[in-house]
Amino acid sequence: MFYKETIRQMYDIGIGSLPIVAIISVFIGAVTAVQISYQLSDAFIPNYYIGYLVRDMMIIELAVTFTCLVLAGKAGSKMAAEIGGMRQKEHIDAMEIMGVNTSSYLVFPKIIAAVFCIPILVFISAIIGIFGGYMATILAGLFKESEYIKGLRAFFDPYNIVLLYVKAVVFSYILTTVSCYQGYFVKGGSIELGQASTRAVVYSDILILIADYVIAVVLTV
Amino acid sequence: MIRAENIFKSFGDVDVLKGIDFLFERGKTNLIIGKSGAGKTVLLKILVGLFEPTDGHVWYDDIDFCTLNEKQVRDIRMKVGMLFQGNALFDSMTVAENIRFPLDMFTKMTLKEKNTRVDECLAQVSLDGSNNKYPSEISGGMQKRVGIARAIVLNPKYLFCDEPNSGLDPKTSITIDELISSITKEFDITTVINTHDMNSVMEIGENICLLHQGKLAWQGNKSEVLDSDNKTLHDFIFASPFLQRLKDRALNK
Ligand SMILES: Nc1ncnc2c1ncn2[C@@H]1O[C@H](COP(=O)(O)OP(=O)(O)O)[C@@H](O)[C@H]1O
Ligand SMILES: [Mg+2]
Repeated sequence: MFYKETIRQMYDIGIGSLPIVAIISVFIGAVTAVQISYQLSDAFIPNYYIGYLVRDMMIIELAVTFTCLVLAGKAGSKMAAEIGGMRQKEHIDAMEIMGVNTSSYLVFPKIIAAVFCIPILVFISAIIGIFGGYMATILAGLFKESEYIKGLRAFFDPYNIVLLYVKAVVFSYILTTVSCYQGYFVKGGSIELGQASTRAVVYSDILILIADYVIAVVLTV
Repeated sequence: MIRAENIFKSFGDVDVLKGIDFLFERGKTNLIIGKSGAGKTVLLKILVGLFEPTDGHVWYDDIDFCTLNEKQVRDIRMKVGMLFQGNALFDSMTVAENIRFPLDMFTKMTLKEKNTRVDECLAQVSLDGSNNKYPSEISGGMQKRVGIARAIVLNPKYLFCDEPNSGLDPKTSITIDELISSITKEFDITTVINTHDMNSVMEIGENICLLHQGKLAWQGNKSEVLDSDNKTLHDFIFASPFLQRLKDRALNK
């Protein structure tokens, strides 16, 4: 039962979120590249720095933060609404009576699915973002392809991937637990359900941003 | 037999139950009655352990439910069936899968044995052959029956029904009441029913507990109802102007 539910959640979170994550990442990468190139245009800094900066910003910060903020809105609100609806329709009570440990049955598969799938999504997002930067600058003719590629290869620090992974795991854990909590303890009717789902997103977002800062301070300073 | 001993329950500073003592007897249809909002559902959920009482004890025969660990609670749950007010059937599962759910959770029966048991229960609630329908495809009365079938699939010793008649027409209500009552007799189980339906009170009220303002306002059985001079009971029973008029007329004759 746990296994089936976990697979379902993985499909939901992973495959289901791929299109939106892809679209957002392309644009973030593109905008980042164009802006950096604009800011650096008068400075005596080689063009290949743009590739390097886009790469590191995507990997360290933009991919993971944007993806998780968006997923808090997409997957988090859905989790809260789904669990909250089950609470209100007494499905959770019924499961308890029938011997299901509902807090773990409803929450664990989602945590496992999120902590497994979201880092992969974030990684994909980073790659798509870097590609977005490439498209925006090269296709627009801002500088040469070889410079961007050179930048992508320059000063690569594998530790940044660790940073991406740590952030992704922590953020996914935050958004799942916060959202499930909001749903599990919902009361009342459809208005409260809507409020719980909103709170799931808002609280997740705030906690993700705080965690982002803390991780940045702890792991990079 | 289930005994509620001095049950208190508050949500925040709202006191819903203020010291309920009641004995729910075995082989009988025990009714918890009272106005909507009187705390019937809260009391029922305390009896099955879905809510923890603020104070007091719930005894299953000679076991104090409130002191049990997780494993012991599970053992009790195997003997408990519950029908929820909104049925709480899982929409994504068929009728048969819904009824099989407790068997999947609690037993190591083979699929074939489970299916045989599901068919038996469906027959018991007169729904033979509805195995592959989805809850959304059947009527409210039929959903109740499925809920009952799911509640009795493990041959429970204790059966709880939260407003089994809500949302049903009077005729269907009566058949559901009769079904619950006959199951109670046939398997000699302790049945606790929440209701505010007067027909049920007068038909299957073998042991009635009237809740009013968080307290036990009256107890007795259906034949004592009309003779009682308890004011709260009368206000509750003759709440409808129609019944009040009938009563006045009968008294004047
Ligand atoms: N989970 C809860 N949290 C706070 N208050 C509750 C909760 N459940 C019930 N109540 C309150 O307890 C009172 C009794 O409710 P209930 O037992 O559902 O009444 P009824 O007799 O109609 O079944 C109501 O005033 C309700 O607002
Ligand atoms: Mg109720």
